[in-house]
Amino acid sequence: MLSEEKHVLSILVDNQPGVLSRIAGLFSGRGYNIESLCVAETVDDNVSRLTIVTQGNQPVVEQVKKQLNKLINVIKVHELTGSRYVHRELALIKMSAKPDSRAEILRIVDIFRGKIVDVGPEHYTIEVTGDEGKLEALLTLLKPIGIKEIARTGAIALFREPK
Amino acid sequence: MKLTGAQILMKALKQEGVNTIFGYPGGAVIDIYDELVKTDIRHILVRHEQGAVHAADGYARASGGVGVCLVTSGPGATNTVTGIASAYMDSIPLVIITGQVPSHLIGNDAFQEVDIVGITRPCTKHNYLVQKVDELAQIIQEAFFIARSGRPGPVLVDLPKDVINAVTVYHPPKKAKMRSYNPTYNPNMKQLHKVIELVRMARRPMIFAGGGVILSKAHKELTAFARRAQIPVTTSLMGLGAFPATDPLWLGMIGMHGTYRSNKCTAGCDLLIAIGVRFDDRVTGKTDAFAPQAQIVHIDIDPTSIRKNIPVSIPVVGDCRITLGHINKLLEKEDLGNLSEKRSGWFAQIAGWKAKTQLAYEQGTDIIKPQFVIEKLYQMTDGEAIITTEVGQNQMWAAQYYHFNDPGHFITSGGLGVMGFGLPAAIGAQVACPDKVVVDVAGDGSIQMNIQEMATAVQFGLPVKVVILNNGYLGMVRQWQELFYEKCYACTCMEHAPDFVKLAEAFGAVGLRATRPEAVEDVLAEGLSAKKPVIMDFVVEKEEGVYPMVPAGKPITEMLLV
Ligand SMILES: Cc1ncc(C[n+]2csc(CCOP(=O)(O)OP(=O)(O)O)c2C)c(N)n1
Ligand SMILES: [Mg+2]
Repeated sequence: MLSEEKHVLSILVDNQPGVLSRIAGLFSGRGYNIESLCVAETVDDNVSRLTIVTQGNQPVVEQVKKQLNKLINVIKVHELTGSRYVHRELALIKMSAKPDSRAEILRIVDIFRGKIVDVGPEHYTIEVTGDEGKLEALLTLLKPIGIKEIARTGAIALFREPK
Repeated sequence: MKLTGAQILMKALKQEGVNTIFGYPGGAVIDIYDELVKTDIRHILVRHEQGAVHAADGYARASGGVGVCLVTSGPGATNTVTGIASAYMDSIPLVIITGQVPSHLIGNDAFQEVDIVGITRPCTKHNYLVQKVDELAQIIQEAFFIARSGRPGPVLVDLPKDVINAVTVYHPPKKAKMRSYNPTYNPNMKQLHKVIELVRMARRPMIFAGGGVILSKAHKELTAFARRAQIPVTTSLMGLGAFPATDPLWLGMIGMHGTYRSNKCTAGCDLLIAIGVRFDDRVTGKTDAFAPQAQIVHIDIDPTSIRKNIPVSIPVVGDCRITLGHINKLLEKEDLGNLSEKRSGWFAQIAGWKAKTQLAYEQGTDIIKPQFVIEKLYQMTDGEAIITTEVGQNQMWAAQYYHFNDPGHFITSGGLGVMGFGLPAAIGAQVACPDKVVVDVAGDGSIQMNIQEMATAVQFGLPVKVVILNNGYLGMVRQWQELFYEKCYACTCMEHAPDFVKLAEAFGAVGLRATRPEAVEDVLAEGLSAKKPVIMDFVVEKEEGVYPMVPAGKPITEMLLV
């Protein structure tokens, strides 16, 4: 059996209506998996960058990249996995914050270099960025205290420049 | 110069060399039709929009150009979907122009509004919703460029009514060049040197060619290559005509209903050179057992076709014609040794397979065998007719018993397998080739799916011939039920069918029927010589099967022979 692995793809596309739908449709129509997807304009406002995290064995991921390249509106597909790259995800975490847990939450958030962006008598909303490992570690610590809601962006990534 | 959207569209179509459109009018495109009749573009008014797309498909394949359709919004657009999906699977260059409700109504569930761009996204090579009249000329040019370049395919352009009517200063479009679309035509020469080396070393080589050879017009290069290197050739259904069936190197078709020797060769070869194919499951059978001893070279312009279904030793991304041209050049300088000696064992083995099992049937004295009809048709048209097909047993018998020497002569819905394809496709082919004999080999089931197009053929004086192999069954499905479902013929018996002779006459065409073997030649002779559209109804053996047959999912060497 070929092993299934996570692959981070960075895709430059024409910034036009319908392009996202073409890409999402390609993944669903061919049974490929999207773990997360992020999209926004680049410095050139005619071009958007999509970051997709997908899971699959090597031949499947090769096929995914070729199929993406075949779409007329796709300008360039890079696979980051296997190279040096930076990736980050942003999470907003709304915690139930009772008097007895407030200090503990602040301590944890501080360790992870997060920020409190909204406070109420019964809650904190935390903003934190990091790679997937860091966010998972934070969530593991916060879960027992009581997470009310969570919103995550999914990964964005760029190659590191050669030193 | 100020022009309306409709006028710009006409200009753009003329620019692309369009002289024929297959279409059907409606409210959303009425302004386009109003301009169309002022041009010298010929409009073939079909009877159903599905027919328009299949006709454009047949036209594109017979002419080697791009087929064009024009339909209205809503139901006009949705009726084209099957035809578009078929053209997409078979990589046929089409441009489909659909009307759309005015821009300000889009998204409001307006009368005859449908999101046809959304619906056809997965079955077009690309599609457009034109938002401003100023983009129109450029988009039409891009649409044709995309449809015909690289791996061809259908492109849809959706035109809102306000865009059609808007007036603007016309600027001729820039030459279509797109940063995000740049097909690879020229192969990597390093890969080709490896191919030459394999050809030199191989003891049991084989060529497997497909529709890509026909699309890239590489048949001459393919034939030269096979003859020079003395390599036997098989093709997929879509590749029939890419290599002359009268050549001694011809093995017959590969796959589920391929010839015995062709499938045996695949299992026995040590080098398989695949050109312009995509290794469809109807070709490979069980993929693990496909060409187990072979190094596989795969030449195709579409990188996604390579290593999608079958592992490949040497991938070559490039246009088939250009690539084969390079290979032939390299071979000129190459000493391949004494080929007849080198290949003698392989050719002897192939001759043995051929002697063991050939395509065959026995024509008795009472009931017409469908294969006999096709064989006679082949003889009586000197193998030069353009054959379109419906889908099912009729399609396979046409593929097996009509022998094709030239590309563009076998026109079938290969990838999608659309019943109802053959008659409109024949109409399109006849428009492209008015001097050719064009025959739709049909089943009694399939022909009823688009039989309304007989009226189109009569109206436009297109003398297409329909040969119905009338077995009273949805025969191919019945055959599966016979073999794999204990003869439980669930819903495959067409208990009632129209009288096709009277029906032909009602359309203003000629209707003929043969019920006995001795009448076959007479009916064909009369039908083929008629200057009008003709339906020939051949009442054939009801439970005849198509053989050889590889059950779906089995290795292609596991052939049922009778
Ligand atoms: C539009 C469509 N519907 C259903 C099928 C499934 N199908 C494949 S072959 C076949 C039977 C065709 O019957 P007929 O046209 O009489 O041809 P025969 O096999 O009898 O020659 C059917 C129903 C199809 N290919 N296309
Ligand atoms: Mg039938």
